[in-house]
Amino acid sequence: MLKITDLRASLEVEDKEILKGVDLEVQAGTVHAIMGPNGSGKSTLSYVLSGKGGYEVTQGSAMLEGADLLEMEPEERAAAGLFLAFQYPVEIPGVGNMTFLRTAVNSQRKARGEDELSATDFLKEIREKAKALKIDADMLKRPVNVGFSGGEKKRNEVLQMAMLEPKMCILDETDSGLDIDAMKLVADGVNALRSEGRGFLVITHYQRLLDHIKPDVVHIMSEGRIVKSGGPELALEVEHNGYTDILSEVA
Amino acid sequence: MALANPKQTATEARIAALTIPESGWTAPARKAALARLRKEGLPDRRDEYWKFTRPDSLVTPEVPKAATFTHDEGPIFGERDRLKIVFVDGVFDADASDDLSMEGIEIGMLAAEQGADIHWARDLYGTLEERGQDPVDRPLAALNTAAATDGVLIRVTGKPSKPVSLIYRHQSDTSDAVLHHVLRVESGAALTVLENGPAAARLNKVMEIDIADGGTLHHVRAQGRDHDRRAVTHIFARLGRESVLKSFTMTANGRLTRNEAIVELTGDDAVVHIAGACVGDGANGGEFHHDDTVFITHNAENCESRQVFKKVLRNGAVGVFQGKILVKAGAQKTDGYQKSQSLLLDGDSQFLAKPELEIYADDVACSHGSTSGAIDETALFYMRARGVPHREATDLLTLAFLGEAIDEIEDRDLGEEILARIESWLARRR
Repeated sequence: MLKITDLRASLEVEDKEILKGVDLEVQAGTVHAIMGPNGSGKSTLSYVLSGKGGYEVTQGSAMLEGADLLEMEPEERAAAGLFLAFQYPVEIPGVGNMTFLRTAVNSQRKARGEDELSATDFLKEIREKAKALKIDADMLKRPVNVGFSGGEKKRNEVLQMAMLEPKMCILDETDSGLDIDAMKLVADGVNALRSEGRGFLVITHYQRLLDHIKPDVVHIMSEGRIVKSGGPELALEVEHNGYTDILSEVA
Repeated sequence: MALANPKQTATEARIAALTIPESGWTAPARKAALARLRKEGLPDRRDEYWKFTRPDSLVTPEVPKAATFTHDEGPIFGERDRLKIVFVDGVFDADASDDLSMEGIEIGMLAAEQGADIHWARDLYGTLEERGQDPVDRPLAALNTAAATDGVLIRVTGKPSKPVSLIYRHQSDTSDAVLHHVLRVESGAALTVLENGPAAARLNKVMEIDIADGGTLHHVRAQGRDHDRRAVTHIFARLGRESVLKSFTMTANGRLTRNEAIVELTGDDAVVHIAGACVGDGANGGEFHHDDTVFITHNAENCESRQVFKKVLRNGAVGVFQGKILVKAGAQKTDGYQKSQSLLLDGDSQFLAKPELEIYADDVACSHGSTSGAIDETALFYMRARGVPHREATDLLTLAFLGEAIDEIEDRDLGEEILARIESWLARRR
């Protein structure tokens, strides 16, 4: 599904290398988790994959089902099936949540040469999916993320994911700022989307999210590289011993 | 004899090119306005009040040419039930207009009623314009009172069933229209006035609005899209106790536009909202300069004034905002609000703003904010990451920015119509 090979990227302004040769492959139907200390490059990896400005890719590749992500505009990556759940979902005053989501769904369909979703079909679908995430009609009408609580913002991200039905989902610290109940709700939403044809990359600091979204593979990232990979037990090891032990072990 | 200065010379040259009626009920007001004009002199670029906008092409005797602009969109407000009054290059077109009679309103034409003596209009014509000359000179308005060739005289006595729609068509490349409307809203009466169209190659328009206690006037205007047109417009309004004036203007295109609104709140608990949404593109050898100049005087207690102006500028377009709130001694519990923002879509465009507050009462709440900025890149990336293409995302953010001004229109349907126009204007420039 997603194949990253020797990916190196720097900050454009400072010419500072953040990703120093990332190798990673996520197969369809699997959930991979990336853990790592602050500043290890986890979020940068998600930004580089989704096409955020400010980074320069100096080497390597990132392919989504054989298509070169790095050659595409952010909207093209989205239409190709890539989805990034933001760590800090952006507030957009004046743009209604529903309007935004409908524009996004139909832009993607248009880009893929599919028919646009009719207003009625869209409404039916969004109501159903919003209900499962406990998102009420008022939240759908309000401007995108404006005045939403931390939990509401993350639920809104999962709603977007559910509506856009991407192939490859990257969750960037989706658990940050959430209490345990909100985290469960978000995890349930994500789990409902797990399917054979879909890959997940879950970026997190803590093991607790992985109690709810059970990963198949866990990677440890440090200083811009994947330094260790293993099964779910690797996350527990981090939880018990911290990163220092693991990092000294691989160093 | 003193030597004529350049300002005097320019003023006399302009006056010489005007025809000023010397008889009829407006004659005394015209004579007085002409004297005001001579005393003040026409504006030039050295005037403080014209620091950001060059008045040259608005004051010359000859009119800079302006080609008419054709487009396939139907005229705005076209689907609406309304009483239409049509002017072509500033001349009333009776055949294209509706019958002027309607329940709750008296409508006359300034040119046609010259011989009649309409007391209410005689008391108003030029009166509010003259009041608005202090403390700032507005010579182009005095010129208008002196030389206006036509306009509507509207007295609202009830609540007419549909809006009055003033339609300004532009046909001649060199037309120079001078229109002067007088509106009197009687106690408890209410009306909606719509205006649309470019009017002429050059338009000088004054609207005097007198709203008695408890009266309401809603005003929504769409200034015509002709690229080369020029316009200077003034609204002079006086508001009585518990009266309401809400005025909104949409401007897209036009080489030069200066819209002034001078409002005096004279009765307690009156409310005035003045808003504007403007989109300007200086591309393709075009020029776009739009100036909103507002002066609100609070001269009574517990009144509310709100100014909301939003401008979207690209390709060297220029936006100007000069807005003042003057709170006179004794105007306690005043609630004054002023917001003026511009969205600059590139580095060539500019926004010049001069917000002012002058307050002589001690129990008031006044605020003003003026900003200019670019598209929010974070929001733009967020939208693109969801699959919305760059240009569509930019348009959505642009409309969201203008939305706050459009929301000032009380009638939701009218607001939607304005929004749709701006949406298609943006879409044509993708």
